[in-house]
This record gives sequence, C-alpha cells and structure tokens, in this order.
Amino acid sequence: MSFIAAQDLAKFYGSGDAAVPALRGANFEIETGEFVGVMGESGSGKSTLLSIMGAMNAPTSGMLLVDGIDVYGLRSEQQADFRREFLGFVFQSFYLVSYLTVIENVMLPLAIVPAAGKRKKALAEEALACVGLADKAGRLPNQISGGEKERVAIARAIVNKPPILLADEPTGNLDTKTSGEIMELLLKLNGGGMTIIMVTHSHPCARYARRILHMTDGRLAEKDRLRKVPTAAPVPDRQLACVN
Amino acid sequence: MTLKEIAYRNLMRRKGKAAFILAGLMIAVATVVTVISLVDAMTHDINHKLEKYGANILIVPRTENLTLSYGGLSLGGVSFEMEEIQADRLAELRTITNAANIAALGPLVLGAVQVSNHRVLLAGVDFESARILKPWWKVVGTLPDQNGTLLGDEAARVMNLTIGDAIEVKGRKLLVSGVLEPTGSQDDQLIFTRLATAQSLLEKTGRVSMAEVAALCKDCPIEDMVRQISEKLPEARVMAIQQVVKSRMEAIHHFQKFSYGVSVVVLLVGSLVVLVTMMGSVRERTEEIGIFRAIGFRKSHVARIVLIEAVIVSGLAGLIGYILGLGATKSVFRFFTESHSVSVPINWELAAGAFCLALFVGLASSIYPAMLAARMDPNDALRAL
Repeated sequence: MSFIAAQDLAKFYGSGDAAVPALRGANFEIETGEFVGVMGESGSGKSTLLSIMGAMNAPTSGMLLVDGIDVYGLRSEQQADFRREFLGFVFQSFYLVSYLTVIENVMLPLAIVPAAGKRKKALAEEALACVGLADKAGRLPNQISGGEKERVAIARAIVNKPPILLADEPTGNLDTKTSGEIMELLLKLNGGGMTIIMVTHSHPCARYARRILHMTDGRLAEKDRLRKVPTAAPVPDRQLACVN
Repeated sequence: MTLKEIAYRNLMRRKGKAAFILAGLMIAVATVVTVISLVDAMTHDINHKLEKYGANILIVPRTENLTLSYGGLSLGGVSFEMEEIQADRLAELRTITNAANIAALGPLVLGAVQVSNHRVLLAGVDFESARILKPWWKVVGTLPDQNGTLLGDEAARVMNLTIGDAIEVKGRKLLVSGVLEPTGSQDDQLIFTRLATAQSLLEKTGRVSMAEVAALCKDCPIEDMVRQISEKLPEARVMAIQQVVKSRMEAIHHFQKFSYGVSVVVLLVGSLVVLVTMMGSVRERTEEIGIFRAIGFRKSHVARIVLIEAVIVSGLAGLIGYILGLGATKSVFRFFTESHSVSVPINWELAAGAFCLALFVGLASSIYPAMLAARMDPNDALRAL
C-alpha cells in the first residue's frame, strides 16, 4: 500500500451552476520517502491540492489516505492531531510569529505536546542545527533575512519529526542563490527519509523533485521523472537525518 | 513553549490593548469595591454611633392625648395623664432577657419652675448615667451636688447667670456649679439638678417623668429590647428612637440600591470593553491562528490561548481594582459620614470576591472571541494554501 493515496479527489467552490471546479478527479500515489513536485499555472489547482493533502480543506468528493488513514473521515480535532503527527508545513510567506524568537517559533508545534521544557528546547535546537541556524536562536523574525526565515519555517515544520513535509512555493520570495540553498536543504531532508510534496513555479527547483505532478485546470497529470534518484529507505525512528 | 507563554507573549506585544482591557475591568471592579465598602462603612458608622452616643430607647408614661387641630391651627387638646413612672419600677429593666445589652439607664424628672422672672424647665438627672446617655455634654465648671445646679448655655445667658451664682427655686437656694457648652438641643434651655433634688423640689419623690435607655443593639434588634421592656413596664410607653435611625438607614438603603445599579452598569460596560477589544484582537490574529491550526493546534488549544490572556488581564484587574476601590472608599468616606477618622480595614472576603468577579467578567466576555478564534478555518486564515 502506498504511503499517500488519493482516490478521485475533487473540489468545487460554490454550489449549483455557480460552482467552480478547483480539482477534478485527482488520482495519485506517493511512496514513503518520495520527493514530489506539483507544478501548474496560476489557478490550476495546485494550492487546493496541497491544502487537501494538508488536512485543511475537505474535498467535495473522493478520498485521501495517508498511511492507511482516511484523513477526511477523521473529526476536526482528530485532523488537527493528524497534522501535528504526520505533517510539516512550509509556506511561501514563511508565516513566522513576529513576537516569538526564532527558537520559540521552532518550538511552536511542541507547545501542545506534553514534554518537559528542556526536552522541547533540545528538539528545537536540533531542528535549528539541521537548517544551519543554531546561532540565530535568540533573534526575532524581523532581525533575520528572507532565506533565514524560510530555514526557520523549515525547522518549525520538522521539529516534530513528521514523515511528510508539505511546501508551498518555499523559494517563491527568495533569490536564486538562496533558493538553491533551500532546495539543497529539502533534498537533505528527503535523503533522511522524509516524504516531500512541493508546489513550485520554478523549473530549477522542480528538478530537485523525483517526480512531477502537473496540474491543468484542476486536472492532474504525471510527468516523467525528472531526477532518477532511488527512493530512500524509511528511517524507522523518525530521526532527523541531517547531512552536514 | 507552552500555551500560557504564547498568551503572555501576545499580551506583552499588544500592551496597549491589554492595558485598555485592564483599565476597563479595573474601573468596574474598583466601583463595585468602593460601593460595597462605603455602604459597609456607613452602616458600621451609624451602628457605632447609635451604640456609643446616646439613648436609643425612651420610656415615658402611657398617656392618652387627644389633640384638636384644623388647617394648622391647634385648638388645644385634652390629656388624660396616668401617673408618672415609679422610679423603683425601673429596676425591672435589669431582669429582661437582654439586660446585658443595657449600657445605661437614665431616669429623668421634669417640671416647670420659676427662677427670678423666668419660667424655666427643671430636669432632675442621674449624672452618672448621663455620661453615657449624653456624651456630647461638655461642662464648664463641675457637676452639681445635692444643693447645686448645672445650667444650659441658653438658660445661663437668658438669666444672666454664671458659675458661682446662686438661684432660688421654690424657696431653696441652689449654687450654679457649672454651665453646659452649647449642645444645639433643648438641653441648652434647661437647668439640671440631681434627680433627688429635682424630685424634692417638684414634689415628685419616688417618681420619674421618663427614662432614657442606651441599648447595645449590635446583636439583637432594638425591637426585641423594646418588647421586653414593655412587658416589664406595662404602665409605660416604650419607644425606640427609630426616626433618625430609620431615615439614616433608609438613606443608606436607597444609596445602596442606586450604587448597586451603577455598579452593574459599570460592570456591563467593562465586560463590553473586554468583549470588543478581544474580538478585535482575534480578528487581527487571523494569520497567527491559521498557523496554529495548520501546525496541529486543536480548536480547544486556540480557545485556551485567548482565555488564558483573559485570565491574566482579569486577575490583575481584580487585584488592582480592589486596591483602587479601597483607596477611593477612604477618599470619599468623609463626604458620606460625620466621622473624621476613617478606618477602612482590608476585607479579605471582599478582596477574594473582587478577584473572582473580575475573573468571571473577563472570562465570560472572552468566551465569544475565543470561540470565534477556535472556529477559524485554517485554510481561510492563511489564504496561502
């Protein structure tokens, strides 16, 4: 059984004659440890697909299975728990909390985890070290660069050691050099066994993905693999395998 | 990082909004504390005065007095007086159930006498009990012995008498031993002698015209005392001097009702301030709440953050509001009573009540904003995915 399986996913906004189809009958499977890119024009349904995969946008029809779990069969609070356990999000606009320091932002997903403060701090420091920002722990978001903000967002996404990372245009607001650094980072995480699904407009960034899902008018098509990289073996203990 | 820390850090970031909510609740709590403390202090003050300063029960002979008046013109009256009270009957007061509540018993004999060219009221009193019954008396000179007299200020002025002068009453010489400082009451116009002296002069030996009683009524209603005394002295009419008491207590009750009404309004305004400010704050934090939900916060976690913020601010408002209320009570107390010394002790029950009230109002007003925050769709909130 695939790690992620989508069966006839469809999403319509509005109802009746005014209904707008954002996603039509998407079927795909993603294996553990895959790095999948989602590309398409604006309005093609990429973000809708990602939000559905993020357990934040119930499809009008169809089913999404993650590790055998029917995501939209869960209750709302169970979906929140699912997001915490299985998913890490990286947004184009970073979405860091402005009044929390870098390390506090990284610790945010741990705020509702029953663990000692020291343990939480240790996990956050590990995640920051993984993204190369251990020395910026005490800074506020307005005191770091765009690339560093994206790294903090990635650190926040991985602090809980989720098996899946959803990234929405992670390099959308970054220059070429910084974009490359971010993509290398994502590649390293994928090398450690993390399944990554990335929405991107950028072809250079898309080349890092092993497989591309191409969207047009809400329909999904799979391109040939752009990068032939063997699927990494799943890391049993959900360690962060950061390659320095 | 915990939910509490997130709530606290958000309050520190939005100090202005937090201060606004704090001020609104603080004023409400301070108003309630001031009102309750003031009413408490005023009631205590009046009780203290009643118990410490003067008679509050009068015992007079039972009379049947028919007064004829029409349109303000009194056409005279017919009075069928019973005998005056026998002085030895007053000993019965020491046998009532609440005898321990009798602080002082002052028999009084009254009669009109001629002094030189003046017709003046002579009062025979027990000067010992007068110390308790009339604590406002200030005597220039000394209290009289059995051959002396104490003059009221007005009486001394009208009769042009001073300490050391002698007067003749019904053929008996009495030496003026003292003059009362002005009291502003009828006492200024009387002349006073010892009870036995007056009884002898007025030929009312063994009888009294009335008796004043100072009853300590903190733990028993004055009506009980009046009833008990009436049962012992059926030949007398026993009255509580309630008129002043009642009017003061009525005034306090009216003030109390009005003040509680004002307090409720102020509390409502305070809670509206909390509600509107918290709702504004939640709306401003749409993106932040979206992040929380996206990274796995449940609705209850988001609601808890908002409510923790409310608890922090409300708790602080309760504490500061209580202190402010105490201060305000001390400041305005003297405008509501005649006391010059203000004693407003810390009432721990009221302090706890004020704290709990602030928490209740703050939390109740924050429930809707918390629900609003919790119900935010993370997808809509972020508008990125």
